[in-house]
Amino acid sequence: MIAYTIRRLLLLIPMAIGMVVVTFGLLLLIPGDPASVLLGQEASPEAIASLRQALGLDDPWYVRLFDYFAALLQGDMGMSIFQSAPVASIIASRLGATIELAVVALILATLIGVTLGVLAAIRQGSLLDTITMLFAQLGVSMPVYWLGLLLMLAFAVLLGWLPAVGRGTPLPEAVLAALTGRPDVLWDSISHIILPALALAANSAAIISRLVRTSMLEVLREDFVRTAYAKGLRRHRVIVRHGLRNALLPVLSIIGLRFGALLGGAVITESIFAWPGLGQLTIAAISQRDLPLIQGIVLTFAIVFALVNLVVDLLYAAVDPRIRLG
Amino acid sequence: MRIPKPLRNPSLVIGGLITLAIVLLAVLAPLVATHGIEQMDMRNRFDGPTLEHWLGTDNFGRDLWSRMVFGAQVSLSIALISVGGAALIGTVVGLAAGYFGGWVDLLLMRITDIFLGFPAIVLALAIVAVMGPGIVNISLALIVVFWTEYARVVRATTLVLREQNYVQAARALGASPARILFKEILPNALGPIIVLASLGLGTAIISESALSFLGFGLPPPTPTWGWTLAYGTRFIRDEPWLSIVSGATIMVTVLGFNLLGDGLRDVLDPRQLTRSAGKAK
Repeated sequence: MIAYTIRRLLLLIPMAIGMVVVTFGLLLLIPGDPASVLLGQEASPEAIASLRQALGLDDPWYVRLFDYFAALLQGDMGMSIFQSAPVASIIASRLGATIELAVVALILATLIGVTLGVLAAIRQGSLLDTITMLFAQLGVSMPVYWLGLLLMLAFAVLLGWLPAVGRGTPLPEAVLAALTGRPDVLWDSISHIILPALALAANSAAIISRLVRTSMLEVLREDFVRTAYAKGLRRHRVIVRHGLRNALLPVLSIIGLRFGALLGGAVITESIFAWPGLGQLTIAAISQRDLPLIQGIVLTFAIVFALVNLVVDLLYAAVDPRIRLG
Repeated sequence: MRIPKPLRNPSLVIGGLITLAIVLLAVLAPLVATHGIEQMDMRNRFDGPTLEHWLGTDNFGRDLWSRMVFGAQVSLSIALISVGGAALIGTVVGLAAGYFGGWVDLLLMRITDIFLGFPAIVLALAIVAVMGPGIVNISLALIVVFWTEYARVVRATTLVLREQNYVQAARALGASPARILFKEILPNALGPIIVLASLGLGTAIISESALSFLGFGLPPPTPTWGWTLAYGTRFIRDEPWLSIVSGATIMVTVLGFNLLGDGLRDVLDPRQLTRSAGKAK
């Protein structure tokens, strides 16, 4: 396991270098002079010259790439053009909200997806199976921004049960507050996150439910399940202890990938629900064409995604020896 | 009369019919649209479905049915260009990686992994942000984020196919790698590519609409579905119909492509290819 972990960590280095190169390459995609394009037509020649210098545009691209690497190694992602603050600190102030939303969505997606997938599999061919898979098909086909709007319309506008936009106290703090006798703070936090997290989770829940159903059906046909029944074990024990445990392995493998999709989806969800995270920042940075900030955000998303995949791969290898020995 | 096997697959039939209907509406948009896309009818603002306005109207009384069918042209064009481009690049990369193996495989797959490491919509947004909106730029952005899936699937299929007897025979007869790849391996790898492309069209439509929804798609007066949906959010409290119609249009279209992809997967069954390849070895 240690050798596998070291191998996976070493693989992360070329991957991170590649991601930095791609992120840096965004600057090269700008048609014409990037400084003039970024500042717009009304910018003064002095402002353009100053930005050219700040972005190092007078140097050849390979010098700039080297400088970009050198700065990143010191945690310096450059300065935001329009917010006059270091990109790294702007991102750091928003990252927590996005990760909180993505993690809650991932938990919801896994709970809903696994439950529906197992129910559909053990009642294969029944009305429940048909309805569940119909919902899964709709979940895969429904754009996250539309579902978000419908949820907002139903639960915030028409019923008035939940707040439509914004974020309450950050969840970890809210949990602490609840433990010290302030449950209202926790409820406020949960009430704000339910709708965006549900909207974000739906697509992943649909994909997970389809995967669990297929995986469960395959496992339930295995010899060891038949043996378990032959030993006289109760049905729910066979399904949970023997079936589900094995059927969940493939699910674990895609959870890392789903987290990447959730991070991407958060960009859209946050803009609908005014969730003050990295997604909302992305839209603002792109609207202003704040390139250093855009590059920093893209790189941060990629690195978080890579780290989550690493953790999931290591977990997968820990529970399934075939991976690390194969 | 016996119904052919593919037609007994409900996903394939329903998905095929929805896709066919949307494609026909897009192609015949000038004929099936009942009004001009910018034609206003101020007496019938925010109308629900009526005989005159089949899907209702927006805040300027513009006909939603006409805007949706012209919007289909934009969405389908971008989806077709981006999926075609992604399939082309991904297929060439996958074929080369799977067939040549060694350092070619290592290099190409590491590059693929790097691109897979970016959340798709974030990378697409960044590319559109720096290059500017437009059908070509949006399609290019989607090609950059979608080619990786084809590369991985085609590589896996090529790894199986290159060991087949007929490929070995072609190699023994002195066929060039290009001939083996494009005449022997590619035709047999088309099944998985077609399935991916069908599912990819749905994803491309969702992504293009997401870009438009966020304000980075084609600018007005082009009636993109995503823009109409985003525009509808301004009135969602009192007049949600506008957002409901445009969102439902996107969902039904994507559902069509997804069902078609699922049906094609059942019919073409890429796993059968792997199984028979395994037996032939």
